[in-house]
Amino acid sequence: MSDLHFKTITELAAMLAAGEITSVAITQAVIDRTAAVDAQVKAFLSSDPKDALSQAKASDERRIAGKSLGPLDGIPIGIKDTLAVKDQPLRCASKMLENYVSPFDATCIAKLRKAGVVIWGRLNMDEFAMGSSTENSAYQTTCNPWNLETIPGGSSGGSAAAMAAGEAIATIGTDTGGSIRQPAALCGVVGMKPTYGLISRYGLVAFASSLDQVGPFARTVEDAALLMEAMLSKDPLDSTSIAPQGETNYAAALKEKMGPWKLGVPQEFFAEGIDPEVKTNIEKAIDWYKSQGCEIVDISLPHSELAVPVYYIVATAEASSNLARFDGVRYGHRSDEAKDAMTLFTKSRGEGFGDEVKRRIILGTYVLSSGYYDAYYLRAQKVRRRILGDFEKAFEQVDAILTPTSPTPAFKRGERADDPLAMYLSDVFTISVNLAGLPAISIPSGFTESGLPIGLQVIGKAFGEADMFAIANAFEQSHGYYKMMPAL
Amino acid sequence: MSETPHIDIDYVAKLARLDMSEEEKSKLGSQLDDILGYFDKLNSVDVEGVEPMAHAHRVANVWREGDLTGETYAPEILTGMAPDHRDNQVVVPKVVE
Repeated sequence: MSDLHFKTITELAAMLAAGEITSVAITQAVIDRTAAVDAQVKAFLSSDPKDALSQAKASDERRIAGKSLGPLDGIPIGIKDTLAVKDQPLRCASKMLENYVSPFDATCIAKLRKAGVVIWGRLNMDEFAMGSSTENSAYQTTCNPWNLETIPGGSSGGSAAAMAAGEAIATIGTDTGGSIRQPAALCGVVGMKPTYGLISRYGLVAFASSLDQVGPFARTVEDAALLMEAMLSKDPLDSTSIAPQGETNYAAALKEKMGPWKLGVPQEFFAEGIDPEVKTNIEKAIDWYKSQGCEIVDISLPHSELAVPVYYIVATAEASSNLARFDGVRYGHRSDEAKDAMTLFTKSRGEGFGDEVKRRIILGTYVLSSGYYDAYYLRAQKVRRRILGDFEKAFEQVDAILTPTSPTPAFKRGERADDPLAMYLSDVFTISVNLAGLPAISIPSGFTESGLPIGLQVIGKAFGEADMFAIANAFEQSHGYYKMMPAL
Repeated sequence: MSETPHIDIDYVAKLARLDMSEEEKSKLGSQLDDILGYFDKLNSVDVEGVEPMAHAHRVANVWREGDLTGETYAPEILTGMAPDHRDNQVVVPKVVE
């Protein structure tokens, strides 16, 4: 059967239920596709086809026995290299964790297994999820399947590129400042970040704990909704996880909720720095919603331009604290030059971490250090509340907010490598959402003249996933960009 | 924060327990000064009386029963992850003179 690897979860689930196909056939198709294209795309850090096929066989046996676990049973899904999968390597694309193997499953992985998912491979990322281009991986640079000269976005660049190239039916990533949505936009796939707390962070290597969230990449909004439902987890092992509120049958609800909605458009997101083709594309998408009877409301998020500095203070401060655990003692890299306690720490960390991780540890340590804490960290936390306040005020008037996901389409490899500030500005439209803890989704909204994907971001109210999915689904189903595949 | 900020990298690297070459430090130095300059944008906001925000939701402390939650692991699995181990103990360089 041709092109199984480009089908959606819902299409494959129907074929599986009808007995037209097996999970082994789907998994083999994905394995074959990966073998054919990953030398060019370089999305996977490692994979275990034998293990995937044995999971697929177990799924087929369940189905034959009448014990199918639902629409995700037997679907091969790729995992970002920052989530623990039992007995598989977990390297965070860092030399620091080169030989580390997880002794347990992350809670979200355990939940996916309960839904019958075939766990497939380890996907490349920026080291410790720090970056916007996946160029900070210590192992390889992933290419954007739409144009191999360009970056796939980051930090979940492997997850996005694998989706676009048909190397998995869906993938899982993490989003601290846009690390799911920005690569999803740049690779022309759906990527979603839930309300903070809806998915347990247990088994996710911590970068910035007050911002990190796990989320799905998928071909369609409905597929992303199915994955979200499976991963919802108020977990005793993560005290910041939280029970969902309101509608949680996301996939069923997105077909029933038809609007029309009140949609906010923040003027601050269409000002300087945005690529003209992206601007025109998103304005066209907004016009489409208007043509469908939605009320478009001009809103203001006046503190938006401060989101980048707030984020890079809060996130680096939390990272410098979280990464203190990598000390060369209990796991991870240990320097051969470690002669005493101090060199054990300093040499092991100096050799194990890459440039961007070091940059952020230094920055985070500085903003928390005596004499600078109030001026930087405390002030950033106060401005963070102002940013949340902007959203709370906007959501008094609207059901959701529409923005571009990324100010530019995919850029060339190396273009921003030596300019960290320019790289940080890649996240300008996504990071305020993390600071405020809100859900948001990026969906394909068209292409530039040179054929690079553009993404539309729909930002929902806290716990407003059901409406957010429905709003995104309406645009997706009427435009069908998800049916376009890169030529590889 | 009004003057051009500058990080004493040697001092901060020591706090962070991070060994860096002179080349790394000099490259990082100018980049960090740019980034800190950008952070000065935050001085444009009046934050008088604003409560600092450490978390996305208003949360209280979370308590649970003191019983075991989740899996437990044999000592050899956990000490086996260490770069050097012997008899279910982690081996480190001499730390007391």
